[in-house]
Amino acid sequence: MRILVCISHVPDTTSKINFVEGDTKFDTNGVQYIINPNDEFGLTRAMWFKEKNGATVDVINVGGPETETTLRKTLAIGADAAIRINTAALEASQVAKEIANVVQQGNYDLIIAGRESIDYNGGMVPGMIAALCDMSYVNNCVGLEIVGDKATAIREIDGGKETVSATLPLIVGGQKGLVEESDLKIPNMRGIMMARKKPLNVLEPQGSGTSSNTLNFEKPAPKGEVKLVSPENIDQLIDLLHNEAKVI
Amino acid sequence: MSILVYTETDQGKFKKGAFEVASYGKAVADQIGCDVFAVSFNANSPESLGTYGVSKVLNTSYEGSFDAKLFADAIKQAALQVGAKVVIVSSSADSRFLSPLLAISLDAGYATNVVALPSNLSPFTVKRAVFTNKAFSYTEITSDVKLIGVSNNAFGLVENSVACSVEAFDVSFSAPGVQVESVDKASDKVTIADADVVVSGGRGLKGPENWHMIEDLAQVLGAATACSKPVSDMGWRPHSEHVGQTGKPVASNLYIAIGVSGAIQHLAGINSSKVKVVINSDPEAPFFKAADYGIVGDAFEVVPTLIEKLKAFKADA
Ligand SMILES: Cc1cc2nc3c(=O)[nH]c(=O)nc-3n(C[C@H](O)[C@H](O)[C@H](O)COP(=O)(O)OP(=O)(O)OC[C@H]3O[C@@H](n4cnc5c(N)ncnc54)[C@H](O)[C@@H]3O)c2cc1C
Ligand SMILES: Nc1ncnc2c1ncn2[C@@H]1O[C@H](COP(=O)(O)O)[C@@H](O)[C@H]1O
Repeated sequence: MRILVCISHVPDTTSKINFVEGDTKFDTNGVQYIINPNDEFGLTRAMWFKEKNGATVDVINVGGPETETTLRKTLAIGADAAIRINTAALEASQVAKEIANVVQQGNYDLIIAGRESIDYNGGMVPGMIAALCDMSYVNNCVGLEIVGDKATAIREIDGGKETVSATLPLIVGGQKGLVEESDLKIPNMRGIMMARKKPLNVLEPQGSGTSSNTLNFEKPAPKGEVKLVSPENIDQLIDLLHNEAKVI
Repeated sequence: MSILVYTETDQGKFKKGAFEVASYGKAVADQIGCDVFAVSFNANSPESLGTYGVSKVLNTSYEGSFDAKLFADAIKQAALQVGAKVVIVSSSADSRFLSPLLAISLDAGYATNVVALPSNLSPFTVKRAVFTNKAFSYTEITSDVKLIGVSNNAFGLVENSVACSVEAFDVSFSAPGVQVESVDKASDKVTIADADVVVSGGRGLKGPENWHMIEDLAQVLGAATACSKPVSDMGWRPHSEHVGQTGKPVASNLYIAIGVSGAIQHLAGINSSKVKVVINSDPEAPFFKAADYGIVGDAFEVVPTLIEKLKAFKADA
């Protein structure tokens, strides 16, 4: 079984979000980058298939050279090879088209991406790859089992869960639940040493076009002071919520 | 030229999000000067969309379960039939599932998490929440057909009655993408996505055995229940209740956080809730900087009193 895990390289969850150049660019100053949390769950699930089903696991990122530290980390966690498509990720359809091209040439059985990236929050890339490659697709995937060429996946729906089955090749948009938080793998020394020898192939983009672009960013308006209510005076809270905020 | 909204149903009944996308679609149509059409599957009373400004509903009968590929294909056919230049969907799990497929098949630029009406029609520009609600971006959609995913509760329901006709829509259905084996859904519980009020508990509640307080409070308010990430990681509550940057976003009218410290990753997910209340014993908890109303106090004392007083308030109302 050949697995491809899509890795988005995103600012650490504690990052302060600021903009520069007239609010047109994200301020990367002092920002630490991490594997997109949803992708980390997918990568760990892929490692599980590697152990249990003898799968080979490639990872892919569309981005500039700055994403290689993140790709090396996935190799240290246990991926076999990394691919970087050497172009700035501008928007979802461009990224999806570049990845779809690799998927079509790579004979993959399973593609694992994240439900969404925590920077652009598009939630689009895996679905778009599925449409471009005409593959089965399950989003919000919180459980995945594979036997032979049959996959059983659990999808989170509004208010519950749904179990679906599909024949490989399959692409999933994954999240926490694919594995538990406590199962997430962190690179150890041996992994880090081995990662240095693993291939990180840089491919040139096909030059996919875009259908949207960001003009500028804006930060939310600063918040006013909190109104404190005494624990002895809960009636006041109910009154405020009813008459002032008008939410109950 | 027209606008098409995809109005989702649950067992034949329109979801709240259906009325919201209809309301939003009508407002965009008024900006442009065109009509709003809707496409729905098995809606019981499609004409009710007229209340929110839809002038024609293409209603399809389809007996099977939801399938993203099949639904996306049917919506595409509707968009082509009415010559839609703007297609509008909600942010429900199903709509977010099918929309990337629809975007590719319509060759449409797709913007998700849209929080306001287009700020400009030419170039067509929308405001969307990015960096998990820590910022907004103004995004220009350059394709001929545009697909917009409206963020839950961002626009609200706006009544705007027009005459509404219903047309049985004959779709040539494609094969489903996957096979649904089983669905496990609590029909009596309010979901975080649909809820007007969300009551959330954190590690401050000490253990799952104390969650009856959260559930009772939610019950009185008709609210959905939620929790912080460690609470779901420890298995006190299901993962589906975890809200925040790596969990579900919450965009309710009222969010009540009890024993939640207010870490940056938690706040990111609830930023777009309109009114936030915090109950925490530590006056230094970061949540107090993000909340509108707060009580510094012990949840085990405050919450039971709050439940009793709310019951009395609801009984009087
Ligand atoms: C990559 C990453 C992603 C993350 N994503 C998320 C996310 O999506 N969502 C999320 O929630 N977190 C997320 N976190 C975790 C986050 O950083 C915090 O650890 C978490 O939100 C804290 O949960 P908590 O507030 O329940 O617990 P704590 O921080 O332990 O806070 C408990 C609070 O309860 C109060 N308290 C204690 N006793 C009482 C009492 N008797 N009455 C009232 N109050 C009491 C305390 O004063 C304290 O403020 C993420 C972390 C990382 C590293
Ligand atoms: N530049 C990228 N390179 C590789 N994978 C990506 C990239 N951007 C997004 N993805 C994948 O697509 C998922 C959803 O991203 P998005 O559509 O941006 O929310 C992410 O979790 C990744 O798995």
